[in-house]
Amino acid sequence: MSRVRVLVGTRKGAFILTSDGKRENWEVNGPHFAGWEIYHLKGSPVDPNRLYTSQSSGWFGQIIQRSSDGGKTWEQPGTKPGEPSTTPDGMPMGESNKFVYDTSPESGKPLTTHQWYDGTQHPWEFKRVWHLEPSLTDPDTVYAGVEDAALFRTTDGAQTWHELAGLRGHGTGPKWQPGAGGMCLHTILLDPSDPGRIFIAISAAGAFRTDDAGKTWRPINRGLSSQYIPDPNAEVGHCVHRIALNRSRPNVLFMQKHWDVMRSDDAGDSWHEVSGNLPTDFGFPIDVHAHEPDTVYVVPIKSDAEHYPMDGKLRVYRSRTGGQEWEALTKGLPQRDCYVNVLRDAMAVDSLDSCGVYFGTTGGQVYASADAGDSWAPIVRDLPPVLSVEVQTLP
Amino acid sequence: MIRVILPTHLRTLARVDGEVELHVEGPITQRSVLDALEARYPALCGTIRDHVTLQRRAFVRFFACEEDISHEPPEAPLPDAVASGAEPFFVVGAIAGG
Repeated sequence: MSRVRVLVGTRKGAFILTSDGKRENWEVNGPHFAGWEIYHLKGSPVDPNRLYTSQSSGWFGQIIQRSSDGGKTWEQPGTKPGEPSTTPDGMPMGESNKFVYDTSPESGKPLTTHQWYDGTQHPWEFKRVWHLEPSLTDPDTVYAGVEDAALFRTTDGAQTWHELAGLRGHGTGPKWQPGAGGMCLHTILLDPSDPGRIFIAISAAGAFRTDDAGKTWRPINRGLSSQYIPDPNAEVGHCVHRIALNRSRPNVLFMQKHWDVMRSDDAGDSWHEVSGNLPTDFGFPIDVHAHEPDTVYVVPIKSDAEHYPMDGKLRVYRSRTGGQEWEALTKGLPQRDCYVNVLRDAMAVDSLDSCGVYFGTTGGQVYASADAGDSWAPIVRDLPPVLSVEVQTLP
Repeated sequence: MIRVILPTHLRTLARVDGEVELHVEGPITQRSVLDALEARYPALCGTIRDHVTLQRRAFVRFFACEEDISHEPPEAPLPDAVASGAEPFFVVGAIAGG
């Protein structure tokens, strides 16, 4: 029988939750990296036991951890026991933690500033890795979305990281500005049908696409409208919270923007709103059913000032029509006095025949549905605030 | 031998218990001690000071002989008591919040 492994990043460590395909009884393992912020951990699609974790701290910076046994043991790539601790020229290793922006003339247009909250220009400063996206074909290749917004890639199992500088250098960078959570590149979608195509999203700059594996990029924000920026229809400056796609139909994208749920049918070239009958179209996560490309999930949040569900009722909304028509999913979720949030990277779907849906809250609960959202049950209730949720479907 | 005391999280990363003892060549300064520390425990690169600029991270402080020496120049000699091993060099996570 298939199994599932849910990877949970929290403010104070990582947790690994496992179950068989029934998804009724769970084993909780953790905390890993206790006391550290775990913004994200994710497994390789081609080697599920290869996991990558972003471990960070306001005090001590960014650490990358890697597991080759499904999270039983971890190592910092490049500093394995027994390896020489310095290179021949005497420089210390430990490159796996090193994210240095590309400022070389060869990269095209070295870019050193972006817009700050007050409208002035501000230098790029690395803070942390928000999202790790392992390659669909190579377990040693991983993309990292970082704050301040940039995209990095490793091809040696996370020992060394190099910026794909064409993103920051394509021309709109000086107009990017931080959202309330910082200027983060939080979403990376790899097109399973086209190895050259990658979608990324940045708060608060918008969505971008490359069709040549990261060399050149362009904004894909036509149709987005954000009333809180000087030009509501600007090419960049939109606070995109999350985008998602179904692997069988990668030209169709769904987006949870700061306000508005959006859809694109042309790989982001244009967007139209599909908020429809949602009670509020503010929110953070969005995901698509593994087998039904028009079944979409969001968690509406009251407003940008009040980051909790409306009326104290935690409700996932599901559309089975690709947007516009939404139904509230409430069975098993608290329907009174609930004031948690669900962050942008904290929802995932498995690929079992009856699609499982998972999300974590800032209150430390991780909920699972084994029936595509019809009913829910908590896997755990009392973790630290949940930052990210990923799920692996294992043989 | 130079004695260094790390905060808990960095001891975990470096996989050490208690004090670290380092052999440091030449003048005993913040920089030479940190160079030796990172050379022996590469996992600590970037956690105490920036990878490239080598500037101390904002929320990390250095103490020696009960004095905050965080703002001393990296090339300034550390106190004799640290250089002789009588006193440790402390790397401390700055206290924030209550």
